[in-house]
Amino acid sequence: MAVKVIIPTPLRPYTSKKESVELQAATVSEALASLTTLFGELKKHLYSDDGKLRSFVNVYVNDEDIRYLRGDQTPLREGDILSIVPSIAGGTQN
Amino acid sequence: MSGTALRISDALVRRIQAHGVETYPHECCGALLGNDSEAGRETLDLVPLANRRNDSPRNRFEVTPEDVRMAEKKAKDLKLEVIGWYHSHPDAPARPSEFDREHAWPWYSYIIVSVQQREPRDTKSWRLRDDRAAYDPEAIESVAQSASI
Ligand SMILES: [Zn+2]
Repeated sequence: MAVKVIIPTPLRPYTSKKESVELQAATVSEALASLTTLFGELKKHLYSDDGKLRSFVNVYVNDEDIRYLRGDQTPLREGDILSIVPSIAGGTQN
Repeated sequence: MSGTALRISDALVRRIQAHGVETYPHECCGALLGNDSEAGRETLDLVPLANRRNDSPRNRFEVTPEDVRMAEKKAKDLKLEVIGWYHSHPDAPARPSEFDREHAWPWYSYIIVSVQQREPRDTKSWRLRDDRAAYDPEAIESVAQSASI
Protein backbone atom coordinates (compact mmCIF):
# COMPACT_ATOMS: atom_id res chain seq x y z
CA MET A 1 0.00 0.00 0.00
CA ALA A 2 1.43 3.36 -0.97
CA VAL A 3 0.86 5.81 1.88
CA LYS A 4 2.08 9.27 2.76
CA VAL A 5 3.57 10.23 6.14
CA ILE A 6 3.42 13.88 7.19
CA ILE A 7 6.53 14.83 9.17
CA PRO A 8 6.13 17.44 11.94
CA THR A 9 8.43 20.48 11.78
CA PRO A 10 10.71 19.44 14.69
CA LEU A 11 11.57 16.17 12.92
CA ARG A 12 12.28 17.63 9.48
CA PRO A 13 15.96 18.19 10.27
CA TYR A 14 16.19 14.38 10.25
CA THR A 15 14.26 13.80 6.99
CA SER A 16 16.40 16.00 4.75
CA LYS A 17 13.79 18.75 5.40
CA LYS A 18 11.07 16.70 3.71
CA GLU A 19 7.57 17.65 4.86
CA SER A 20 6.17 14.30 3.81
CA VAL A 21 7.48 10.91 2.81
CA GLU A 22 5.78 8.35 0.58
CA LEU A 23 6.34 4.71 1.35
CA GLN A 24 4.84 1.23 1.17
CA ALA A 25 3.23 -0.21 4.30
CA ALA A 26 0.30 -2.42 5.31
CA THR A 27 0.07 -1.18 8.92
CA VAL A 28 1.03 1.89 10.95
CA SER A 29 3.78 -0.13 12.58
CA GLU A 30 5.23 -1.03 9.18
CA ALA A 31 5.02 2.56 8.01
CA LEU A 32 6.97 3.84 11.03
CA ALA A 33 9.52 1.04 10.73
CA SER A 34 10.03 1.88 7.08
CA LEU A 35 10.32 5.60 7.90
CA THR A 36 12.99 5.02 10.55
CA THR A 37 14.86 2.72 8.18
CA LEU A 38 14.93 5.51 5.61
CA PHE A 39 15.88 8.13 8.19
CA GLY A 40 17.76 6.46 11.02
CA GLU A 41 18.14 9.57 13.16
CA LEU A 42 14.36 9.73 13.64
CA LYS A 43 14.39 6.58 15.71
CA LYS A 44 15.53 8.03 19.03
CA HIS A 45 12.97 10.81 18.83
CA LEU A 46 10.04 8.51 18.00
CA TYR A 47 10.89 5.50 20.17
CA SER A 48 12.09 5.17 23.75
CA ASP A 49 14.99 2.87 24.62
CA ASP A 50 12.60 -0.04 25.23
CA GLY A 51 11.35 0.24 21.65
CA LYS A 52 7.94 1.75 22.44
CA LEU A 53 6.54 4.76 20.65
CA ARG A 54 7.19 7.74 22.95
CA SER A 55 4.17 8.96 24.91
CA PHE A 56 4.28 12.39 23.27
CA VAL A 57 4.33 11.00 19.72
CA ASN A 58 0.82 10.83 18.30
CA VAL A 59 -0.07 9.20 15.02
CA TYR A 60 -3.18 9.97 13.03
CA VAL A 61 -4.47 8.03 10.03
CA ASN A 62 -6.56 10.37 7.91
CA ASP A 63 -7.27 12.58 10.95
CA GLU A 64 -8.16 9.69 13.28
CA ASP A 65 -5.88 9.11 16.29
CA ILE A 66 -4.58 5.52 16.10
CA ARG A 67 -5.31 5.19 19.84
CA TYR A 68 -8.98 5.07 18.82
CA LEU A 69 -8.29 2.66 15.97
CA ARG A 70 -6.07 -0.38 16.41
CA GLY A 71 -2.95 1.35 17.62
CA ASP A 72 0.15 0.65 15.58
CA GLN A 73 -1.57 -2.46 14.18
CA THR A 74 -4.07 -0.21 12.38
CA PRO A 75 -4.26 -1.46 8.78
CA LEU A 76 -3.55 1.01 5.99
CA ARG A 77 -5.22 1.42 2.63
CA GLU A 78 -3.80 2.75 -0.59
CA GLY A 79 -3.51 6.53 -0.40
CA ASP A 80 -3.88 6.82 3.38
CA ILE A 81 -2.25 9.82 5.00
CA LEU A 82 -0.43 9.33 8.30
CA SER A 83 0.36 12.38 10.38
CA ILE A 84 2.89 12.39 13.21
CA VAL A 85 1.61 15.03 15.63
CA PRO A 86 3.51 16.15 18.72
CA SER A 87 2.04 16.61 22.12
CA ILE A 88 4.06 18.81 24.44
CA ALA A 89 4.73 18.04 28.07
CA GLY A 90 7.05 19.08 30.83
CA GLY A 91 7.20 20.59 34.26
CA THR A 92 9.44 21.38 37.18
CA GLN A 93 11.69 18.86 38.84
CA ASN A 94 9.33 17.13 41.25
CA MET B 1 22.83 23.47 18.00
CA SER B 2 25.23 25.80 19.77
CA GLY B 3 25.16 29.48 19.00
CA THR B 4 21.46 29.61 18.21
CA ALA B 5 19.48 32.62 19.27
CA LEU B 6 15.82 33.47 19.54
CA ARG B 7 14.64 36.98 18.77
CA ILE B 8 11.57 38.09 20.70
CA SER B 9 10.16 41.48 21.64
CA ASP B 10 10.10 42.61 25.26
CA ALA B 11 6.32 42.95 24.91
CA LEU B 12 5.94 39.25 24.10
CA VAL B 13 8.28 38.26 26.94
CA ARG B 14 6.11 40.32 29.28
CA ARG B 15 2.99 38.51 28.00
CA ILE B 16 4.62 35.14 28.76
CA GLN B 17 5.56 36.35 32.24
CA ALA B 18 2.05 37.71 32.82
CA HIS B 19 0.57 34.35 31.83
CA GLY B 20 2.84 32.63 34.36
CA VAL B 21 1.74 35.07 37.08
CA GLU B 22 -1.92 34.63 36.17
CA THR B 23 -1.85 30.83 36.50
CA TYR B 24 0.50 30.79 39.54
CA PRO B 25 0.91 28.51 41.49
CA HIS B 26 0.02 26.37 38.48
CA GLU B 27 2.16 26.07 35.37
CA CYS B 28 1.12 28.00 32.29
CA CYS B 29 1.88 26.96 28.72
CA GLY B 30 1.56 28.24 25.19
CA ALA B 31 2.93 28.18 21.65
CA LEU B 32 5.58 30.46 20.13
CA LEU B 33 4.69 31.53 16.59
CA GLY B 34 7.28 32.96 14.25
CA ASN B 35 9.82 32.29 11.55
CA ASP B 36 12.86 30.11 11.29
CA SER B 37 15.24 30.71 8.41
CA GLU B 38 18.90 31.03 7.52
CA ALA B 39 18.66 34.56 8.91
CA GLY B 40 17.68 33.24 12.33
CA ARG B 41 14.66 32.53 14.43
CA GLU B 42 12.14 35.09 15.55
CA THR B 43 9.01 34.90 17.71
CA LEU B 44 6.24 37.15 16.42
CA ASP B 45 3.15 35.97 18.27
CA LEU B 46 1.93 33.67 21.04
CA VAL B 47 -0.95 31.26 21.47
CA PRO B 48 -1.62 30.93 25.22
CA LEU B 49 -3.02 27.47 25.94
CA ALA B 50 -4.79 25.69 28.77
CA ASN B 51 -2.64 23.38 30.86
CA ARG B 52 -4.29 19.96 30.36
CA ARG B 53 -2.57 18.34 33.36
CA ASN B 54 -5.50 18.86 35.71
CA ASP B 55 -4.17 16.15 38.00
CA SER B 56 -0.86 17.90 38.70
CA PRO B 57 -0.86 21.48 37.37
CA ARG B 58 1.65 22.82 39.93
CA ASN B 59 4.56 20.85 38.51
CA ARG B 60 3.40 19.56 35.14
CA PHE B 61 1.98 20.93 31.93
CA GLU B 62 0.65 19.28 28.84
CA VAL B 63 -0.41 20.48 25.43
CA THR B 64 -2.61 17.89 23.69
CA PRO B 65 -2.12 17.00 20.02
CA GLU B 66 -5.46 18.70 19.32
CA ASP B 67 -4.12 21.93 20.84
CA VAL B 68 -0.87 21.52 18.91
CA ARG B 69 -2.85 21.23 15.67
CA MET B 70 -4.93 24.26 16.60
CA ALA B 71 -1.77 26.31 17.29
CA GLU B 72 -0.31 25.14 13.97
CA LYS B 73 -3.45 26.25 12.18
CA LYS B 74 -3.31 29.69 13.82
CA ALA B 75 0.32 29.98 12.81
CA LYS B 76 -0.48 29.00 9.24
CA ASP B 77 -3.28 31.58 9.04
CA LEU B 78 -0.71 34.23 10.02
CA LYS B 79 1.83 32.79 7.54
CA LEU B 80 4.02 31.83 10.50
CA GLU B 81 4.99 28.50 12.02
CA VAL B 82 5.11 27.04 15.51
CA ILE B 83 8.78 27.48 16.42
CA GLY B 84 8.51 26.48 20.05
CA TRP B 85 6.64 26.45 23.34
CA TYR B 86 6.69 28.29 26.62
CA HIS B 87 5.82 27.20 30.13
CA SER B 88 6.33 28.45 33.67
CA HIS B 89 8.18 26.99 36.63
CA PRO B 90 6.32 28.14 39.74
CA ASP B 91 8.84 28.65 42.55
CA ALA B 92 11.57 26.89 40.58
CA PRO B 93 14.43 28.06 38.36
CA ALA B 94 14.03 28.76 34.63
CA ARG B 95 15.98 25.73 33.55
CA PRO B 96 14.63 22.49 32.12
CA SER B 97 13.93 19.64 34.49
CA GLU B 98 14.79 16.03 33.77
CA PHE B 99 11.08 15.55 33.09
CA ASP B 100 11.26 18.37 30.52
CA ARG B 101 14.19 16.71 28.79
CA GLU B 102 12.56 13.29 28.65
CA HIS B 103 9.50 14.79 26.96
CA ALA B 104 11.24 17.27 24.69
CA TRP B 105 11.21 17.51 20.93
CA PRO B 106 14.30 18.59 19.06
CA TRP B 107 14.35 21.81 17.01
CA TYR B 108 11.69 23.66 19.04
CA SER B 109 12.67 26.59 21.27
CA TYR B 110 11.49 26.02 24.83
CA ILE B 111 11.04 29.24 26.80
CA ILE B 112 10.78 28.77 30.56
CA VAL B 113 9.74 31.58 32.90
CA SER B 114 10.47 31.24 36.57
CA VAL B 115 7.68 32.65 38.75
CA GLN B 116 8.67 33.07 42.39
CA GLN B 117 5.94 33.98 44.87
CA ARG B 118 3.77 35.35 42.01
CA GLU B 119 6.67 37.51 40.70
CA PRO B 120 8.20 36.73 37.28
CA ARG B 121 11.96 36.21 37.49
CA ASP B 122 14.33 34.73 34.91
CA THR B 123 13.02 33.96 31.44
CA LYS B 124 15.25 31.67 29.41
CA SER B 125 15.15 29.70 26.20
CA TRP B 126 16.47 26.19 25.63
CA ARG B 127 16.90 23.68 22.84
CA LEU B 128 17.26 19.93 23.05
CA ARG B 129 20.46 18.43 21.66
CA ASP B 130 20.19 16.10 18.67
CA ASP B 131 21.20 13.14 20.83
CA ARG B 132 18.56 14.05 23.49
CA ALA B 133 21.25 13.96 26.19
CA ALA B 134 20.71 17.53 27.40
CA TYR B 135 19.28 20.95 26.70
CA ASP B 136 21.51 23.78 25.53
CA PRO B 137 20.73 27.38 26.42
CA GLU B 138 19.52 29.50 23.53
CA ALA B 139 20.29 33.21 23.74
CA ILE B 140 17.24 35.47 23.86
CA GLU B 141 17.80 38.52 21.67
CA SER B 142 15.46 41.21 22.73
CA VAL B 143 13.98 43.29 19.92
CA ALA B 144 12.10 46.50 20.61
CA GLN B 145 9.05 45.63 18.52
CA SER B 146 7.94 42.72 16.42
CA ALA B 147 9.09 43.38 12.86
CA SER B 148 5.98 42.42 10.89
CA ILE B 149 2.30 41.72 11.66
ZN1 LIG C 1 9.64 22.64 32.81
